[in-house]
Amino acid sequence: MELVVFVIAAAMVLVGGVGVIVRSNPVHAALSLILTLFGVAVMFVSLEAHFIAAVQVIVYAGAIVVLFLFVIMLLGVDRAEDLRTEPFRLQRPLAAVLGLGTAGLVIAAVVSARDAIGEGGALSTPDATGDGDSNIRELARSVFGDYVVAFELTSVLLVVAVVGTVMLTRRIKSGAKSGTGE
Amino acid sequence: MLAAATPTTTWYLILAALLFAVGAVGVLVRRNPLVMFMCIELMLNAVNLSFVALAKRLGDIGGQTTVFFVMVVAAAEVVVGLGIIVSIMRRRPGATADDVAELKG
Repeated sequence: MELVVFVIAAAMVLVGGVGVIVRSNPVHAALSLILTLFGVAVMFVSLEAHFIAAVQVIVYAGAIVVLFLFVIMLLGVDRAEDLRTEPFRLQRPLAAVLGLGTAGLVIAAVVSARDAIGEGGALSTPDATGDGDSNIRELARSVFGDYVVAFELTSVLLVVAVVGTVMLTRRIKSGAKSGTGE
Repeated sequence: MLAAATPTTTWYLILAALLFAVGAVGVLVRRNPLVMFMCIELMLNAVNLSFVALAKRLGDIGGQTTVFFVMVVAAAEVVVGLGIIVSIMRRRPGATADDVAELKG
């Protein structure tokens, strides 16, 4: 059963990932990205990270991809680009070699270290305790306990990002003096 | 035989490596800045997947906490990056990654 879930989710992840880089239309690429993100969310569920899976669907598939689609529609770049133009010769073969090399090296490292990774105790999972909220409780204890300073700093980061984006994309009216706000 | 049929941590890590490589190739070959951003999201997701797989293997909730923070930072990064792309595209429609010299203003 777990194997079936893994195979289906892995197929979603890889098909979506390849789809992002081979579809010439940005809208299709964004939809392929959604497929990948859902596949990763399924994997999170089977790895007993239930809260992260929910956040993955809500934040990634729900907010970030919608933001991508908004920008695609807003800029009107939703037409297929010609993928055959290759600005530098050898760029694609080199990229393929680099990608295969990265994947090969990381897979070799993972396979050779598969017994070296320690086997820790089980996370307190619903299976172990019969309590469906235990993952969220554990995560909350970690975020608001050990990592509370980092959590507070992310709020600063989000405010800076929002204010910076508003400043970046604001249209400056022609004729207005710089520094007067508008 | 039955034990071999359950996906282990290694399988998830191999899948994460493949997804990361796909994202890296995408950043290298695509010229549309929006699609390059999507490929960066693919790489972030690959790393998140390996964090969660190792959190389960090691029995340490800290991996999931890290994924939580990575998601927050990714959201902020997408907002700022798309803002920059919008202002570049407004100045020069149909810009590719080669036109980022436009940033000089």
